[in-house]
Amino acid sequence: MNKQALIYYPLLSFILVVLFIGSLVYGAVSIPVDSVINILLGKDIDRIAWQNIVLQSRLPQAFTALFAGSSLAISGLLLQTLFRNPLAGPSILGISDGANLGVAALLLYFGGSLSQVVDWPISGYLALVLAAFLGACIILGIIIYFSAKVKNNVMLLIIGIMIGYLVSSFISILNYYSSADRVHAFVMWGLGNFSGVSLEQLPFFACCTFFGLLFAILLIKPLNALLLGELYAANLGIKIKRTRILILLCTGVLTATTTAFCGPISFIGLAVPHIARLMLGSSNHKLLVPVTMLCGACVALLCNMLMVVPGSNNILPLNAVTPMLGAPVIIYVIINRKNIQYFN
Amino acid sequence: MTQVAAIETKDLSIGYVLKGGRHKVVHDALNLQLYAGEVTCLLGLNGAGKSTLLRTLCGFQPPLSGAIRLMGDPLEAYSQHRFALTVGVVLTEKTNAGGITVYELVSLGRHPYTGFFGQLKSSDKEIIMQSLESVGIVHKANNYVSELSDGERQKAMIAKALAQQCPIILLDEPTAFLDVTSRIETMVLLHKLAAEQQKTVLLSTHDLDLAIQMGDCLWLQEKGRAMACGTPEDLIMNGAFGTFFGKDGIVFDPSTGKLNVKAPVQPVGVEGDFQTSYWVGNALIRNGYRPSPVSADYININCKSSQCLDIVWPDGTKKQVASVAELIDEIKK
Repeated sequence: MNKQALIYYPLLSFILVVLFIGSLVYGAVSIPVDSVINILLGKDIDRIAWQNIVLQSRLPQAFTALFAGSSLAISGLLLQTLFRNPLAGPSILGISDGANLGVAALLLYFGGSLSQVVDWPISGYLALVLAAFLGACIILGIIIYFSAKVKNNVMLLIIGIMIGYLVSSFISILNYYSSADRVHAFVMWGLGNFSGVSLEQLPFFACCTFFGLLFAILLIKPLNALLLGELYAANLGIKIKRTRILILLCTGVLTATTTAFCGPISFIGLAVPHIARLMLGSSNHKLLVPVTMLCGACVALLCNMLMVVPGSNNILPLNAVTPMLGAPVIIYVIINRKNIQYFN
Repeated sequence: MTQVAAIETKDLSIGYVLKGGRHKVVHDALNLQLYAGEVTCLLGLNGAGKSTLLRTLCGFQPPLSGAIRLMGDPLEAYSQHRFALTVGVVLTEKTNAGGITVYELVSLGRHPYTGFFGQLKSSDKEIIMQSLESVGIVHKANNYVSELSDGERQKAMIAKALAQQCPIILLDEPTAFLDVTSRIETMVLLHKLAAEQQKTVLLSTHDLDLAIQMGDCLWLQEKGRAMACGTPEDLIMNGAFGTFFGKDGIVFDPSTGKLNVKAPVQPVGVEGDFQTSYWVGNALIRNGYRPSPVSADYININCKSSQCLDIVWPDGTKKQVASVAELIDEIKK
């Protein structure tokens, strides 16, 4: 194992803490650093508004970004290893779209906005997560079905993209027959946002993603065997069918939870595993899984900060920011694939 | 032989189950044995069913009927874990292992032995190092798999199978895509492992020369006929080779162990220096002549040295030439 890779744990943790604090301090409303610290330490300060902004809005938002980033990045990594395709990711394979469809069905058909859903008997956001999970799992099932039929990875990606279009067309139909305010709520949700999780919902969100991430750590050994391909892995005693299902379940939980609360976020799942691999210079999952988690959290927090337009109190949609970070990484990786070990 | 066969098949039928439960039999009535310490080469033309047989023995697809016994126990008695401890495979499947080091690759062979998180104990590490040493790539242990040549990659995969500590190693065309030297190296390595570590080695290959040279036992497979098994020499001399590989316009020459393009008919007498006459014979065969003992009935060539070749025509005319190229030109006139 690469000893120098161990330096990335403290380094990334440090960057993570800096970005986390940055997310609390930096925002559309400027609040001095010392006031933020005082608020966090529980000291009373004069401005109740500041206190509300930091504790009710920025703190849950930063935590959400942290967990959502890790979740999406790990989903991407798991899919890339499972399908042995460096360009796989929750959004490319249509899994985010599946979750999207579940949410669309719920929002457009039953309720106008998240706040209305929350009033439901089976606590609303659980219904939302379940709908997203169901949608994601259906698409995952379809992808598994095709992955057995289509051995060519590029073809599988194209099938994933086609399924994504198909799902989008269903969503368009749902949109067409919905009232304007429901469509508006859905469109806003679709732009992506880390602020969708309130302080009360945060424990639920954090628990779901935390268990999903823990799950991923338990899969490290079979993931490494899968680097050799399924036949080799089977010969090493890995139960392929079970492993496949566990990986897809894990991906489903992580993608669905994140998508339900934050909207379909693009590129983090696709690009972060590459950043992690390029940094480590290794595709050994023992290192890769934790580093991908840390990287995902850092990138999401960074995106969260980049959403704030400097010098104004405007906020950009999250999905306007993530491609700016993610797309160049993917282009870089594709152009340099001959020189990148894990491609060969 | 009193020794228990490492692999034994009885009336084994291999193939695929089609939709509706019908069987597509690729080969049946296979009664085969593999023994420890031997390298067995599975030969056959494309489509003969080599891969299907290997896949069946590797446990990747179930037999249609018949029985397989591994180390004396029936295949059904093997859990996936026990199987992983018994049979190690080296496949042609493309891997995504470019981004891990050779050491990490070989350590994957320890998977059936390690715990839930795959943590390596010091005994595991020792076995990994021994495996790397056995195949001779210790110096590449910390290189990425992507930096290896095809031959080294094959060695690394063999080391992985060694780290698995299986008595049986099955290899699917391990010499395909390799250059001449790597092919020979790989075969020598497998032979050494069989002899020194008492491994049972079965490999499929298209490499007739190497199989004849290095195989302790050959299996000749062709659709619709019984598998021919035996030592290469026996199979050559009893004519089995000729019937398995001889096709229209292609002839197996039992005296050289080579496949030749159509039977050369016109005899030419060759005598003299051993090495020179061997290569003169090679050139003659290529040009449609059959090297034969010297006789007054046809053209004779006396190979004095590689630069001095005497041609004697049946009518008594003689000519000396200084190269094989000139020789062929003269004979063709």
